[in-house]
Amino acid sequence: MADAKTLQAVGVSHFFDVSRPFLQRVLARESRRSLRAVDDVSFTITQGTTFALVGESGCGKSTIARLAVGLYRPSNGDILFENQALSSARAQPAMRRRMNMIFQDPYASLNPRWRVTDIVAEPIRAFRLATRPNEVQGRVGSLLAQVGLTVRDGDKYPHEFSGGQRQRISIARALASEPDFLVCDEPTSALDVSVQAQILNLMRDLQQRLGLTYLFISHNLAVVRHMADRLGVMYLGRIVEQGPAEAIFQRPRHPYTRLLLDAIPDLEQVGRARTPVGGELPSPIAPPSGCAFHPRCPLALDRCRVEKPLHVMDGDVQVACHAVEEGRDD
Amino acid sequence: MALLDVQDLTVEFPTRRGTLRALDQVSFSIDSGEILGVVGESGAGKSLTGAAIVGLLERPGRIAGGEIKFDGKRIDNLAPEPLRRIRGRRIGMIFQDPLTTLNPLYTIGRQLTETMQTHARLSDAEARRKAIGWLDRVGIPAAAQRIGAYPHEFSGGQRQRVVIALALCAEPALVIADEPTTALDVSIQAQIITLLKDLTRDHGTAVMLVTHDMGVIAETADRVAVMYAGRIAEIGPVAAVIRHPAHPYTHGLMASIPSLEHRVSRLHQIDGAMPRLDAIPSGCRFHPRCPRAFERCTNEPPELIPAGATSAACWLHAHG
Ligand SMILES: Nc1ncnc2c1ncn2[C@@H]1O[C@H](COP(=O)(O)OP(=O)(O)OP(=O)(O)O)[C@@H](O)[C@H]1O
Ligand SMILES: Nc1ncnc2c1ncn2[C@@H]1O[C@H](COP(=O)(O)OP(=O)(O)O)[C@@H](O)[C@H]1O
Ligand code: SF4
Ligand code: SF4
Ligand SMILES: [Mg+2]
Ligand SMILES: [Mg+2]
Repeated sequence: MADAKTLQAVGVSHFFDVSRPFLQRVLARESRRSLRAVDDVSFTITQGTTFALVGESGCGKSTIARLAVGLYRPSNGDILFENQALSSARAQPAMRRRMNMIFQDPYASLNPRWRVTDIVAEPIRAFRLATRPNEVQGRVGSLLAQVGLTVRDGDKYPHEFSGGQRQRISIARALASEPDFLVCDEPTSALDVSVQAQILNLMRDLQQRLGLTYLFISHNLAVVRHMADRLGVMYLGRIVEQGPAEAIFQRPRHPYTRLLLDAIPDLEQVGRARTPVGGELPSPIAPPSGCAFHPRCPLALDRCRVEKPLHVMDGDVQVACHAVEEGRDD
Repeated sequence: MALLDVQDLTVEFPTRRGTLRALDQVSFSIDSGEILGVVGESGAGKSLTGAAIVGLLERPGRIAGGEIKFDGKRIDNLAPEPLRRIRGRRIGMIFQDPLTTLNPLYTIGRQLTETMQTHARLSDAEARRKAIGWLDRVGIPAAAQRIGAYPHEFSGGQRQRVVIALALCAEPALVIADEPTTALDVSIQAQIITLLKDLTRDHGTAVMLVTHDMGVIAETADRVAVMYAGRIAEIGPVAAVIRHPAHPYTHGLMASIPSLEHRVSRLHQIDGAMPRLDAIPSGCRFHPRCPRAFERCTNEPPELIPAGATSAACWLHAHG
């Protein structure tokens, strides 16, 4: 199938309970409070492509990442993996084997007491992809080679490696269960640019070689531009603009996307004062009415304060904004 | 006179297999009101430089040579107690890992008010009001409502901003910020950078800003030092280092940054990795990875020498 859907989010929401402990709550006569980290999000990732999510800190990216691999159960809506609901298949190891996650922090996510060989071999053993010791060893060796490490590195412990090498180990481990779908939550944010270039090149090579599908999360728009086929821009739990990455970078439609692009530091302009996205960062506990972006939006009108904008198509790009819908965005 | 003056700083780790030299004769200074950017691959020695300045080298690491002057007085040989008083009040630190700085058992409000109250006489109500103000300034939404929350209730980026508030709330003269915005997205980053710049302008605060984000350096720093394998490879005014890098390593570093303007199929990469401390190459320590290495590079280590508008440790710039 040319356009097989690997992962779909259908109207997914996720709430966190942020109430104070019961007794304090009762004493202060407060009701329960919940924080809507993800609000009615839908997207589709086609097999072999990269869907990227960008947005400010706290907008819900990592929460979507966790929902996508089944670490959280959506409060509403469904995550489908190859057209099957993840919730119904949670118990199926076959499906769990086929999706994996790479975390931002290559230091915290590797067990410091295990040798690299055992770290990489663990999924192979857990999913019984190989059982004979020399078969397991062979697989570990070829995984390490895939990510540019050597078999000898397998005898060492994580602390003996640099940040970039540890991220290579995490990638080798993530690949060990032979997944088709990888969620990468800020995989290079902890790395410096020269190592980042090596890791991003490696991820693209692996995608081509193994036909991997990526959900790629980053707050670095230049990195996203380098990696993404499709792009979703998040604001306070919602995707406010999504479509082909090139189309969005060529002509961002949503006022928030435009501000984000303007806020990027520019190497060409040394000493330039950036335009920070002005205004208050709204609280996800009590999000603003109507369009949640309205307190910071230069194009906001009365309608924006009361009416939540719907997703409408503008060419290939889906945007949720009254100004764009009314054609007063330029 | 510079507020911070570091001369020939050398840091060593004695190990069973011999002594590892992690910093080798590092020299630089920072004036009041100035921001010095420090860039380089992980393991280059950026964090160690910051740790050595504030006397927080992890054992068995020790300063094996050179001196550090703060406000005209040596601080590298101070006893722990006087040093502790300078640290925190006169020198603020923002560490790379927010989780190690925040106490998971206390609310963030308590951590902020306690920090301010150890450095200044403040009533509880005043301290609380100021704490909310700082949370606001670093962009924590609904600060007044979330002041009673615990660190784990915040997203990664929000925790980092709490750490920044914690370092700045005592209003120090020098701020050592180790990758303060690396985990943050551009808009919050812009806000934090603006805050740091305001502090330097309005209060004459000096900042040592460690980051690998050249974009942040470009718009924030006055000068930048590029570190490689425990030494400074190049140092100079930020515009010169970015536009006309004199050291081949700086050049490669600049080229490996993905661009917003156009998409390339492969990013430029500097092949190989920085050497381990027990296997520092002879001569110029960058020579095994350097596309322009020549014979002299393999046996003579270069010192920083003038190279156009910057200074670079590279034999290409030695004339005569
Ligand atoms: N366990 C939790 N309990 C309460 N609130 C939470 C919890 N985890 C996340 N949140 C809140 O949910 C929202 C989304 O968090 P999430 O971690 O998805 O953000 P993010 O987009 O990944 O941010 P960052 O870029 O900083 O990592 C934030 O407002 C955060 O404070
Ligand atoms: N406690 C330690 N023991 C031995 N070596 C260390 C220790 N801490 C740091 N190093 C070494 O010192 C060098 C510089 O480290 P660091 O300053 O943390 O780098 P950076 O902050 O530039 O990434 C690295 O090679 C690192 O492995
Ligand atoms: S809906 Fe209104 S407030 Fe929201 S982004 Fe569009 S113009 Fe701005
Ligand atoms: S001294 Fe030689 S090896 Fe070192 S950076 Fe210069 S040209 Fe390259
Ligand atoms: Mg996150
Ligand atoms: Mg560091």
